[in-house]
Amino acid sequence: MSKGSHPYMPNSSEEIKEEMLNTIGAETIEELYEQIPTELQFHGDFDLPSAKGELELKRQVEEILSENKSCDENLNFRGAGCWQHHVPAVCDEISERREFLTSEWGSPESDQGRNQAWFEFCSQLGELLELDAVGMPVYSWGNAAGFAIRMAHRLNGRTQVLVPETIGPERLEVIENYRRLAGSDDDLTIETVAYDRETGRMNVDELSEKCSTETTAVYYETPTYLGTIESQASEIAAIAHENGAECIAGVDPITLGILDTPANHGADIVVGTTQPLGVHMNAGGGCSGFLATRDEEAYVVEYPTLLLSATETSREGELGFAFMPEQIGRSSYGEREEGNDYTGTSVFLWTIRNAVYLSLMGPKGFKEVGGLMIERAHYAADKLSAIDGVTIELSSEFFKEFLVNFDDTQQTAEEVNAALRDRGIFGGHVVSDEFPELGDSALYCVTEVHTKEDIDQLTTAMREVIST
Amino acid sequence: MSQQKDEPEMGDEETPEWAQLSELKGAREGQRGGLVREYQAQTWDEPLIFNMGREGRRGIVFPESEPEVTDTVGESTSYVPDAVRRESEPELPEVSKPWVLRHYLHLSQETLGFTNLSPWGTCTMKYASKLGEQIESQQLADLHPLQDEETLQGVLEIVYELEQYLKELTGMDRFSFQAASGTQSAFVFTSLLRAYLEDRGEFEQRNEVITTLYTHACSPATANVSGFDVITLQPGDNGYPPTEALKEAVSDRTAALMVVNPNDLGIYNPNMKEWVDIVHDAGGLCFYDQANFNSTMGISRAADIGFDASQYMLHKTFGNPKGGLGPAAGAFGCTEELSEFLPSPVVTYDGETYLLDEDRPKSIGKVREFWGNIPLLVKAYMWIHAMGGDGIIEGSHLSVLGNNYLDTLLEDVPGLSKSVEDLSQHRMEMTRHSWGKLHEDTGVSTIDIRRRLTDFGIDAYWMSHEPWTYPEPFTPEMGEMHSKENIKTYAEAIRRIALEAYSEPEKVKNAPHNQSKRRVDEARINDPDQWALTWRAFKKKFPEWGESN
Repeated sequence: MSKGSHPYMPNSSEEIKEEMLNTIGAETIEELYEQIPTELQFHGDFDLPSAKGELELKRQVEEILSENKSCDENLNFRGAGCWQHHVPAVCDEISERREFLTSEWGSPESDQGRNQAWFEFCSQLGELLELDAVGMPVYSWGNAAGFAIRMAHRLNGRTQVLVPETIGPERLEVIENYRRLAGSDDDLTIETVAYDRETGRMNVDELSEKCSTETTAVYYETPTYLGTIESQASEIAAIAHENGAECIAGVDPITLGILDTPANHGADIVVGTTQPLGVHMNAGGGCSGFLATRDEEAYVVEYPTLLLSATETSREGELGFAFMPEQIGRSSYGEREEGNDYTGTSVFLWTIRNAVYLSLMGPKGFKEVGGLMIERAHYAADKLSAIDGVTIELSSEFFKEFLVNFDDTQQTAEEVNAALRDRGIFGGHVVSDEFPELGDSALYCVTEVHTKEDIDQLTTAMREVIST
Repeated sequence: MSQQKDEPEMGDEETPEWAQLSELKGAREGQRGGLVREYQAQTWDEPLIFNMGREGRRGIVFPESEPEVTDTVGESTSYVPDAVRRESEPELPEVSKPWVLRHYLHLSQETLGFTNLSPWGTCTMKYASKLGEQIESQQLADLHPLQDEETLQGVLEIVYELEQYLKELTGMDRFSFQAASGTQSAFVFTSLLRAYLEDRGEFEQRNEVITTLYTHACSPATANVSGFDVITLQPGDNGYPPTEALKEAVSDRTAALMVVNPNDLGIYNPNMKEWVDIVHDAGGLCFYDQANFNSTMGISRAADIGFDASQYMLHKTFGNPKGGLGPAAGAFGCTEELSEFLPSPVVTYDGETYLLDEDRPKSIGKVREFWGNIPLLVKAYMWIHAMGGDGIIEGSHLSVLGNNYLDTLLEDVPGLSKSVEDLSQHRMEMTRHSWGKLHEDTGVSTIDIRRRLTDFGIDAYWMSHEPWTYPEPFTPEMGEMHSKENIKTYAEAIRRIALEAYSEPEKVKNAPHNQSKRRVDEARINDPDQWALTWRAFKKKFPEWGESN
């Protein structure tokens, strides 16, 4: 591409460069690099591609990406922390608006529309969670849980964290990286609480035994990573509170038209992901996490995120939206290592999608989609369990995910998946290594995108590939 | 040098048009044309979505389960334990689809976003291709991160190739793309540093991380989160700490140096090689935060200076949109020696198949679920191909050229000065300036000026990271995206506001005037009785506001 200036760089013609250098009073651009000693400059050749125009690049990338097999052209039943839900087209239209995509962060002065959309996200999620304080989002559910645990530690100074044994291994690995404490002889310790092998629920007797005045927080999830609904929310919160610990709940918000919000059962901090609310899976790039609490000063000042508030403007009767200045000051932006955790660029674009999704859904949408998922997931479990040797593990109180066990078949879960893949089906996520006590099992996910015919197709295919 | 005209109406180089104040135009004062154009933000007086609903309306309808499904499973409620069944409907607005679409279109129109100049320093503005967005929505949206590797060969190939390009540009041996931001890349480093030291049995002894005041706050913050004590070196007369200060700070307790270079003042510490040697000699590791890589892409490589690890922002430096504040992607690179501690998985290639290597016993595990923000990685790959190797170096050049050009145009703006005034060398891709004198003379603050700037359809500027070591700071960065004319427009707007501050200070203090909303009261929301992070909180605290908004 040597035809004048580069399309991305309006000053990349020799003539313009010369004009600018002339204004500066420099002879060459190299002169402008006088601060960098010659020995720190690279003088070799780079093995990098040469510039391509859009036409060639489109073709090249599409050709490479055609090697992928997507969940659109295959029938996908994999979930495990990233789920295939319907994304209304309006979500795409809005979040791809270049004003929101932007090249920059922008400012409250010039981007009030975006700030309002952000506020509407926090506000609508607050209605779903029945909580008055919702922070701007963080990277993922695991990050939100890690941040929440550190909030709890700052609130009560204790170091033991109790989490359910059913927690997703990836999420636990993320949390593990948040347990260090500077200036202390101790780190946070993460201990698991056993689950009931019949129901998937947390063993509250063991929780009672382990929870003490050393406990900073009890963390539970609903639905659990293994799909089951945690029905003991009130008991778990009560045990935490009896011991002076914080109760943190992790929740998939798309269940909240059907399931009650953990806040109503005593959870102090609620975390989770917003990926199901209008964000594509993006091969895991659709992650997003949220934190929410009651609107109490003790909690709000401990948020590790930026907080956006409604406020007045200088025109009477007008609402505006701005980040809370003192919260920025309390974050690492203001306090560096003394700040209330680390804060940086996050996933705020997803917040626009989430706001649109929540607006489309309204109260009825959440109830409908929740009911639909429960019905279809249970239909799938029913059909699959009718296959000889195939059983469903854990309780029937599950939402969109459930465990399918292959111990009594001649195939491993991996082999079943390989055979299903040949039939255009992505089977469940195999958890045999993650939860060996559950035998050779896979976590299947059925959502509103799966019709009865899809499920029947899965059942037929699985029946074909399984011999007992 | 020929006396070229940029545009017919803009005058010539002998009489710089940015100095012709009497000819200034724009900003809703009845004058059209000129460098600074007339601008009025779109204003919709848009209500909150909560006040747009009406019972019974809806934006989405889901199908009912097929009869065979309901015949088989019965009532869905029978699977929901009574104890946690939701009894009350969430108080979400009930709005039909066309109005949801219109509402958020209105809000997008009340957002300046990409639509005009935004030289937001420390963040690097770039053209992010529309093609990238098309590829994301058409090719990447429906991929699941836990699909089998053989069904993800396309994206794995691109991620693998992206790593090869970054290795070229940085000299690093291995990369992880799991971090969801530049800040989280710093967190990858501090987590890795801890694992590395624990593996060597040295953590108890080595728990100090050294950084500098003009290094981004994420370095000390993530060091703290990973359990390290932080030593911050203060800048000397040149804008970076004297090497003596580093020598005094290192000891057998030193775990690492974390530093950004050039810093946010636009100043490059030329002693970096010596610094790295000093820290290595003391037994510590060196991490290079390349947040300001846009000035040194293809010019200088982290590994050649001796750094053990470094990070690059794929959302800024590599042409991805910023999305307001993410989604982002951090590329974390390190030496072969440290690579066994990288987050899991990493992408490998056996000559035939691309693989996700999960079998990494010394890995720090994960800093975020799954293995990276894949659409951003693909778009970074596309940006590298669109720019080409030569174009990337050109991007650095133009970024530095643009900044120095702006510096020249701002030289005689009244009340404005450069940080570290005595430093005569050219700055890198950004310069921190100070309105200290103007503020003393007029009472107009940098926040006032920042607000007034938006009246010209130019985005507010980034002021400064904390702490503000220069009074009333601002930090512009032009990047390679903005044209020479754009830079002149920007300089002209800055000059005009400075003159206004001296002649009509109230006009600046009361800005913005042309935005969709007036001056937002930020101070009051520091008060727990007045902040309202959700509409439900706002209604409780201010019931008199009623339903009008």
